[in-house]
Amino acid sequence: MNNTREVKKYMNPYLAGFILGLSLLAALYFTGRGLGASGAVKSTVTTVVNSIAPEHAQNSHFYSKYIEGGKNPMSAWLVFEILGVIFGGLISGAISGRLKFKIEHSPKISAKTRIIVAVIGGFFVGIGASLGRGCASGAAMSGMAVLSTAGFISFIAIFGTAFLFAYFFRKLWI
Amino acid sequence: MGPLITQGIISPEWNPMIAFIVGLGFGFALEQAGFSSSRKLIGIFYGYDMIVVRVFLTAVLTASVGLLFFNYLGWIDYDLVFVNPTFLWSAIIGGAFVGLGIIMSGFCPGTSFSALSIGKIDALAFIIGIGIGVFFYAETFELLFEKLYYAQNLGGIRIYETFGISPGLFMFLFILFGLGIFWFTIFIKKKYSNRNLKY
Repeated sequence: MNNTREVKKYMNPYLAGFILGLSLLAALYFTGRGLGASGAVKSTVTTVVNSIAPEHAQNSHFYSKYIEGGKNPMSAWLVFEILGVIFGGLISGAISGRLKFKIEHSPKISAKTRIIVAVIGGFFVGIGASLGRGCASGAAMSGMAVLSTAGFISFIAIFGTAFLFAYFFRKLWI
Repeated sequence: MGPLITQGIISPEWNPMIAFIVGLGFGFALEQAGFSSSRKLIGIFYGYDMIVVRVFLTAVLTASVGLLFFNYLGWIDYDLVFVNPTFLWSAIIGGAFVGLGIIMSGFCPGTSFSALSIGKIDALAFIIGIGIGVFFYAETFELLFEKLYYAQNLGGIRIYETFGISPGLFMFLFILFGLGIFWFTIFIKKKYSNRNLKY
């Protein structure tokens, strides 16, 4: 079957998880902090708002946390980490022959539906990651690695809700 | 002794460089595992692909066991490692929003950057969506979220303290739990393998 040959091109999940764990351990060993992803978007939004409407940003209880005392939000650790993530993904994709512009979606939905749902999904993740102090990598994975109670709560909340809603969104996937 | 930058052994100027290198490993592993495909990632919720649980739990177990060993060997000061504080309600409700977004989009922020790096246009749409979500959150922060964001602050507590057991015992139980889940994924995948989707 074509299908199984395709899937085999991916690395063994336990080996990939081990490498991921070592990256996380390296981050903790060097900086005392774990990995994350949503923070980079937060820094970008803060930078854009601060350059368009600096006064508004200063007065906001949200943005002001990141720009106090002339701090540059874009110099945050997470932004460089994400540049690394993109570059690392590019190397991996090049090695495995997966570099290709495409909109990936189930054959049962159109590309347009896929894009619209992806934006709406992103919208909810943006709110959730801001409120929950991180996403699946920042709050749950890094949190669980340092055995924080918050990490375990985030993990259960994220995966539990996704399972809870899986039935309602099944037409998008299967 | 680590953490090297926190202790002043390496100058903070190295931060961006180290962040980039750590990110390289993170991004490489995510893409190699198949997290750059939303349809592969979402398989866990419909029983046809188990990579999320296998990769995620292996990574968490590797890092948490490694950290405890580093501490035991005196390579790292466990107390200087940042423990994200537990704010009960924002963690639960924020996590629920993230979960809803994941089941709709098939991405979480980390995997979307991985997917973007190999040219997935839907990943770009998702990241734009996150930006809009963060902007909405920021603009309505005082009105809607501020109270909830700071509610029920339990501080930087660790899970074994919550359960009132020793770190070693917790780790032992956590490893058993992980092995149980890994075994369970084999069982589930067999049950649903007849779905055999092409993706």
